[in-house]
Amino acid sequence: MTSQTRLVEVRQNVLKHNDILARELRQRFHDAGICAVSLVSSPGSGKTAFLEKTLTLLRPDFHVAALVGDLATDNDAARLARSGAPVKQITTGTLCHLEAAMVRDALDGWDLDKLDFLFIENVGNLVCPASYDIGEHLRVVLLSVTEGEDKPLKYPTIFNTADVAVITKMDLAEAVEFDLAAAQDNVQRVRPGIPLMKVSSKTGAGMDEWLHFLALSRKLSSFGA
Amino acid sequence: MHELSIAMSIVEMAEEESERRNARVEAVHLKLGALAGVVKNALLSSFEIACEGTTLQGSRLVIEDIPIVGYCPKCLSQRTLDSLQWFVCPECKGPVSELIHGRELQVAALEIQE
Repeated sequence: MTSQTRLVEVRQNVLKHNDILARELRQRFHDAGICAVSLVSSPGSGKTAFLEKTLTLLRPDFHVAALVGDLATDNDAARLARSGAPVKQITTGTLCHLEAAMVRDALDGWDLDKLDFLFIENVGNLVCPASYDIGEHLRVVLLSVTEGEDKPLKYPTIFNTADVAVITKMDLAEAVEFDLAAAQDNVQRVRPGIPLMKVSSKTGAGMDEWLHFLALSRKLSSFGA
Repeated sequence: MHELSIAMSIVEMAEEESERRNARVEAVHLKLGALAGVVKNALLSSFEIACEGTTLQGSRLVIEDIPIVGYCPKCLSQRTLDSLQWFVCPECKGPVSELIHGRELQVAALEIQE
């Protein structure tokens, strides 16, 4: 018998396993009435400060909690815990992104029915997190004024997978001669129609609009998983 | 750099398939979208590493690049976009937000020897 080579169709998504877990998570969040919000950005763009402020401001009206991914330390979790919200650290070791299974495991022991919002802070990285669905309803991409206006053009994939963009550290905009119009234009180029907000976690400017957006998103996420 | 873990998933998937068919895999055909967030060259070298010590050692990874295809609401038709940096219709220059292709990261087929 002579062996021969032939081509067989497979058609399987490489991240199938992750995608299935992410869908299950989204359904769980939906059933529990949770709006799950993930945050992605480069390191040092102000994710943790922004999240701390968000948790603090939401706490009087909503039940909120946060998961935070980091390669090695739990510094961010300690900072976020100051808001009074339940916070859990996911230490990823050498992994540069969060995956759905890590989120699922981190939720162990939490009563999801008691929550309104779950925030998931991804590892500071504008590349790898783009490929992984972690079950969120809303993916927020952050861009700080100190990073430069052209970040969206350098990392179009992550901006294109996001649902909302937030420009942070607006209190420093003038000092670093940040060109807001150019930044807004670049964000719209790589993700036409994306809602865009401008905030300063330090002064609190722009947080009202962001909180309003979150409350609205929570209502919308309860309609469909 | 998540290409190695992706390469390992590809190898795992191909190994399962080869066991099921009782055949040796000579090549894996992968569809890779421009917006999949995966760097082609990094994936190719990661694949070699991931194959070591498995039944796929010595096999090839054949990558088909999938361009970004979106739907232009103004022209009412599918358009292949020219650039990752600008999601506009190449004809009417209007914004394109609905994507049809470009995020693929899929094992399309295997070349197997029975």
